[in-house]
Amino acid sequence: MGRFHRHPDGTEHDHDHDHDVGDHSGYTETGAARIMVLENILSENDRVADENRRDLQAAGVRTVNLMSSPGAGKTTLLRRTLVELRDRVRIGVLEGDIATSIDADRLEGLGAAVSLVNTDKGFGGECHLDATMVRSGLARLPLADLDLLLIENVGNLVCPAEFAVGEDARAMVYAITEGEEKPLKYPVMFRAAEVVVVNKIDLLPHLDFDLDRFLANLADVNPRAEVIQASSRTGDGVAAWCDWLLTLAHP
Amino acid sequence: MHELSVAEAIAGAVNRHADGRTVTKVLVRIGHLRQVVPDALSFAWEMLTTGSDLEGSVLEIESVPATVACRACGAETTLDMPITACGQCYSRDVELLTGEEFAVVSLELADV
Repeated sequence: MGRFHRHPDGTEHDHDHDHDVGDHSGYTETGAARIMVLENILSENDRVADENRRDLQAAGVRTVNLMSSPGAGKTTLLRRTLVELRDRVRIGVLEGDIATSIDADRLEGLGAAVSLVNTDKGFGGECHLDATMVRSGLARLPLADLDLLLIENVGNLVCPAEFAVGEDARAMVYAITEGEEKPLKYPVMFRAAEVVVVNKIDLLPHLDFDLDRFLANLADVNPRAEVIQASSRTGDGVAAWCDWLLTLAHP
Repeated sequence: MHELSVAEAIAGAVNRHADGRTVTKVLVRIGHLRQVVPDALSFAWEMLTTGSDLEGSVLEIESVPATVACRACGAETTLDMPITACGQCYSRDVELLTGEEFAVVSLELADV
């Protein structure tokens, strides 16, 4: 057994397994062997996401993947959400951050089971949560005792949108301080969201922000998104967000 | 940094299929709506594969434009913005035909 390889850089090693020569059947014009793969780039992530989804469904837990840019107000909104809903639904939070337990600490004492996943610990400092990281965080949550799991993704307007983690729905927090054009610049995330919480709405009188233009831009990339105007600072609109969560948790 | 995550996912799929054999070229197909910048992905690929079994492999990126078919007037539009609307009658009632591709298509192997 074993197969000897010489790499272009001159290193050599062998493997303790043989290869099936059957998949050498395709060749390019230059005679190089070609393997047809035709596999989704994220298929491995999606496989683990399906496992997560199965485990969550088996435990009767409905799951929301909450995404936003850094500083849009996800954690403040979550604090409000936990206070509002803790007597009505059993909530778990999976808190994703590149480093520190600052956000997880902010959620302590509000009646929710909190599991922290730092993406710099063994995950290479990833700028998003993927299905495998979420799987490791799920293992530390009492799923059988939960109705609703809120996954606070790493603050980032690009990467989290590509990685399914096993959620039932994706929600997005967008702060009006980010500017009207964001849906056009970051369409992947805005397209992925079922609901967009338009946060920091209390700052509207103080900004040059054109709310109608933002809503038109959002509708251009995602006409189906539900929009909830809110302020996690004052609490305005938080009830509408909580109603949306309750509808998801008790379909 | 998005491209680095994508490059990592591609390398994972390639390593599984290559199963230890030396890969010289990887063909991927990526739709415009995936918001991947080809140059940034090529750079991320080179950086990521340096020092690994995939070092020296070429990442060939086939970019697929986003196109929609209008349910109202039947026209087909190639999008130059991520706005999924008909270019003829501006209806938003459109079906996405292409633009969300995200696949590892094939690998080429070194002669052994």
